[in-house]
Amino acid sequence: MEEITTVLPGPQLPEKTGKPFAGSLPKPTPETAQFWEGCKRGELLLQRCGDTGKAYFPPRPFSPYTGTRHVEVFQASGRATLYSYVIHHRAVPGFEPPYAIAVVELEEGPRMMTNILDCPQRPEDLVLDMELEVTFQKMDNEITIPYFRPLMKEGN
Amino acid sequence: MAFQPGSVAVVGAAETTRLGEIRDMSQIMLHADAALNAMQDAGLQPKDIDGIACVGQMMPQQIAHYLGITPKWVDGTTVGGCSFLLHVRHAAAAIAAGYAQTILITHGESGKSRINATPRPPEPESLSGQFEMPYGPFGPATLFPIPVLRYMKTTGTTHEHLAQVAVVQREWAAKNPRAMFKDPITVDDVLNSRMVAYPFHLLQCCLVTDGGGAIIMTSAERAKDFPTKPVYLLGSGESVETTLISQMEDFNSSRAFRVAGSAAFEMAGIQHSDVDHLMIYDAFAHLPLFGLEDLGFCKRGEAKDFIWEGHTRPGGKLPLNTNGGGLSYTHTGMYGMFALQESIRQVRGNAPAQVPGVRVSVTHGVGGMFSSSGTIIFSNQRP
Repeated sequence: MEEITTVLPGPQLPEKTGKPFAGSLPKPTPETAQFWEGCKRGELLLQRCGDTGKAYFPPRPFSPYTGTRHVEVFQASGRATLYSYVIHHRAVPGFEPPYAIAVVELEEGPRMMTNILDCPQRPEDLVLDMELEVTFQKMDNEITIPYFRPLMKEGN
Repeated sequence: MAFQPGSVAVVGAAETTRLGEIRDMSQIMLHADAALNAMQDAGLQPKDIDGIACVGQMMPQQIAHYLGITPKWVDGTTVGGCSFLLHVRHAAAAIAAGYAQTILITHGESGKSRINATPRPPEPESLSGQFEMPYGPFGPATLFPIPVLRYMKTTGTTHEHLAQVAVVQREWAAKNPRAMFKDPITVDDVLNSRMVAYPFHLLQCCLVTDGGGAIIMTSAERAKDFPTKPVYLLGSGESVETTLISQMEDFNSSRAFRVAGSAAFEMAGIQHSDVDHLMIYDAFAHLPLFGLEDLGFCKRGEAKDFIWEGHTRPGGKLPLNTNGGGLSYTHTGMYGMFALQESIRQVRGNAPAQVPGVRVSVTHGVGGMFSSSGTIIFSNQRP
């Protein structure tokens, strides 16, 4: 399949703009540092409740299901489906309108907010339940942010 | 002991003298202007008030001192735009417990002019700052509608259905001289208005105004001695869910709505068929649909038809958002106070678009983006 050559509106990533992301960058806390370290290695880390085995997000050192501190960190598959979104039509620093602010449902169950990269930011191209995969973008030496893009099917 | 429905009443209620763009008042003066109007309504002075509730860090202190009130009961519950509904619920419990006799709840917000308005600094260490803000949300218009496409797919709700919410509320606003927008609109007008954040257009998003309101409550026994017709509290409910809209349990329904709503109906001991008038906080066009379903007035997915068929419009069987709502009346940033004020006016029988024969009115509020909720049931009849 040929490369998409048109510039897609959306989040202005450093390699697109040649300058650091101007939006709001996250600041890790002691409870979330492991998640952000995982992103730097290209790993999307989730946590699993030691009592129920259910995965949860965002990260915290105990289970929101039973309160147990016995939890396990594991690497998610990175597969997700598009759950819902809005397409913002006004400029925000670091984002060129129109851009979608989306929520995806991870294969392991939890949902997370994200942007959808490598995809036109239009309702006809952003179809609910479409398959997605995680992709990471380095913002600076401390922060790498997980995004999602349409799943590249084998053979394409 | 359980709260006795009707044992506490509203005896004073008023909004700021003006609504809209108020360039000659700062935020605390908007609180004071509304409070002075409510005290005049109830025939009271600051010395008669012994409890105070308002929203914001250190705000009860500021407002009590500014007005010359010495409270022995204080509530600063700050859970977004429905906070005042929680204040009413907490005040009723305090009056029933004897903590205070006469409680003042105030709201003032310079939402448009931003004169001494509450600052909203970025919080990059918060869960929102780490897991939502990096993706470019910018204010409620980019966050609150995030569940809408999922809700539409689940329930078969269309863009036209969501436009009709704004059309019907404008019909109510046309009857209200204080409403910001009064000119009739059509579904096409809504769908042709500027796109703010797909799927929502400008006319599906609330106004941004300056204004305020205040409420005075006391026991039903004392209420008989006031100049106003008592508005009895039958039931109330409250809940919170999450500050992260991406993490709400169900994108087709608000857990906080369901918890608050069912608690209020249970406390009041009423059926849905007893409700003559309804206010559902409408920061955006999907909220009346979620509210109608989560409160149990409609089954899941049926609210779109209920509104489309005209049941909530003037002359319909369940008049909804009769002041024009946050979409057409006013919205300072925390609209819950204005929903309560309209409910009180309808129960007193002096609303601009008065519904004939209102005995029971339900007000349902939201705070943040489906983050919190409160439900209040008023009546002019004491059970």
